[in-house]
Amino acid sequence: MPAMPATCDYGDVMADQKTLAEPGPGADAPYRRMTRPLEGRLVSGVAHGLATQLKLDPVVIRLMFVLLSVVEGVGVVAYAVLWMLTPQQPNEGRPVPARDWSQLAAFAAIGVALLAFGWLTGASQGGIGMLPFAVGGIGTIILWQQADPERRKHWVSGATQSIRKNRVRTLLGVLLVIVGAIGFLLVEGQFQQARPGLMFTAVVVGGLAVIAAPWLAGLWKELQLERRERIRQEERAEVAAMVHDSVLHTLTLIQRVAHDPREVARLARSQERELRNWLYQPAQDADATLAAAVRRIAAEEEDAHGVPIEVVCVGDIDLDTQGRLGAMLKAARQAMVNAAKYSESPSISVYAEVEGEETTIFVKDRGKGFELDAVPLDRMGIRESIIGRMERHGGTARVRTEPGEGTEVMLTMKVEKP
Amino acid sequence: MTRVLIVDDHRLFRSGVRAELGDSIEVVGEAEDVDTAVKAIADLQPDVVLLDVHMPGGGGQEVLRRVLGAGSQVRFLALSVSDAAEDVIGVIRGGARGYVTKNISGKELTDAIRRVADGDAVFSPRLAGFVLDAFASSEAPSIDPELDSLTQREREVLRLIARGYAYKEIAKELFISVKTVETHVSSVLRKLQLSNRHELSRWATARRLV
Repeated sequence: MPAMPATCDYGDVMADQKTLAEPGPGADAPYRRMTRPLEGRLVSGVAHGLATQLKLDPVVIRLMFVLLSVVEGVGVVAYAVLWMLTPQQPNEGRPVPARDWSQLAAFAAIGVALLAFGWLTGASQGGIGMLPFAVGGIGTIILWQQADPERRKHWVSGATQSIRKNRVRTLLGVLLVIVGAIGFLLVEGQFQQARPGLMFTAVVVGGLAVIAAPWLAGLWKELQLERRERIRQEERAEVAAMVHDSVLHTLTLIQRVAHDPREVARLARSQERELRNWLYQPAQDADATLAAAVRRIAAEEEDAHGVPIEVVCVGDIDLDTQGRLGAMLKAARQAMVNAAKYSESPSISVYAEVEGEETTIFVKDRGKGFELDAVPLDRMGIRESIIGRMERHGGTARVRTEPGEGTEVMLTMKVEKP
Repeated sequence: MTRVLIVDDHRLFRSGVRAELGDSIEVVGEAEDVDTAVKAIADLQPDVVLLDVHMPGGGGQEVLRRVLGAGSQVRFLALSVSDAAEDVIGVIRGGARGYVTKNISGKELTDAIRRVADGDAVFSPRLAGFVLDAFASSEAPSIDPELDSLTQREREVLRLIARGYAYKEIAKELFISVKTVETHVSSVLRKLQLSNRHELSRWATARRLV
């Protein structure tokens, strides 16, 4: 209940009503007049208001009205009189709260059931046959009423939502069943005999459905909510683990090696790559396709030698079973290692392209370059690991270099697409 | 002297760029979100705007939409930590004349700004790779063949950019002038911006690669 400003024009009235609307704590108020609250009302708020006034549970009052109505209709008259005499509590500009229709329906069902029972057994004059029914009904209602209000709200909203979704289908189904049953009985000529029993059954089933449906729907909804919450928590835990295991760890390492700019750059870059992969890269098997394998190799060599390797891939192909692309990848790795170790280039560019059956990988640096013919025969790097390996597997390798001009290794391999 | 406005929501990054840019560049102002950027561009009329892709209030694309939509002739160079295809393609199609990542060196950035100021386009190796990839996947029949495909020469130029060649090296490799290389790149940029191939955007979204 929002506090009203003291300067309000009708401050006195408001203060009075404020105490009225607060059951329990407001009982200290010296004088209270009974009103019909909008909040929590089922029909017009008479029962609720009366319950507040008498400090009783509204359910008791409502059941009393229902019972009295069944017996001689006294309840209806009493209700009507109270309705006319009791002023409605002003709503203070808030939206009119919705009625709890499921509760109202439950009370109505009980009333109708009692009426039907009375009509069938002649017990409406207060006969003893009515007692089990009344006791059972009251028990159910109290159970329903005692449930945690928040939870009940859940159930009710869940129930109405799902009912709304399937309303047409449900209505149609019920209609068909009723028409079918009546038609069957009419044809058999037993409709007259079966009518009272049918009506009684319908009322009882209806009452039970009203009571049980929100509960079942609520259970279902609660389960769904719990599952969603669990998934969210798992995602959160994953993010937290990622940040903790890698980012925080790297930041600590960077502070410890702050005197070594090369190492700092290497750590930062490796962390950046990891984060990027995590953020943007679709989860994929690192060794299933050429592009993924090239990226992985470049990342490994970048980490090992501390030289940034920029990778650009166009097109992609699954790695073949004959190991041709595997050989090509090994040659590419060797080219990256050479560039990182000997060229003194600040960065290395790797470009992998798959066009039709032809796969090409370029590894380029802007380092000091060298004279290809002057490379001693025992230097296995270029001759064996790159050129020889490519040729053994049916591909080609070309090395373009000149002192001061940097080096570019071009690898080509033809692989039939599966 | 090229007059430059830096638009980025990270203050540290703005001052870093300011310190790195060469003497031939004059930083006339800074802006930190879409609204201040739009206002600063109108007030200062810079030659080139260094535009961050991710910013509060709609990001670089919103700045492009509002400034270029109003008929301004200001040139934009997009600058981002993101290499995601949808960001790169999105901001280029929004009207930026180039895209470079934030780990670019000060000298390269100075070159890129000068090139954009001259009306040319700036393609990073990765952007070139994206374009090659996007225009290669052309199963659908094109509506406008001139706009929807690259010429052989443009392909060659892009491939060399992707391999890490500078414009001067490309010119040497293909026996053409640097000016011709720039013309080819500008032509690719135009196709990238004007082509109606809806695959292009779809491709960029589908391919969330770094």
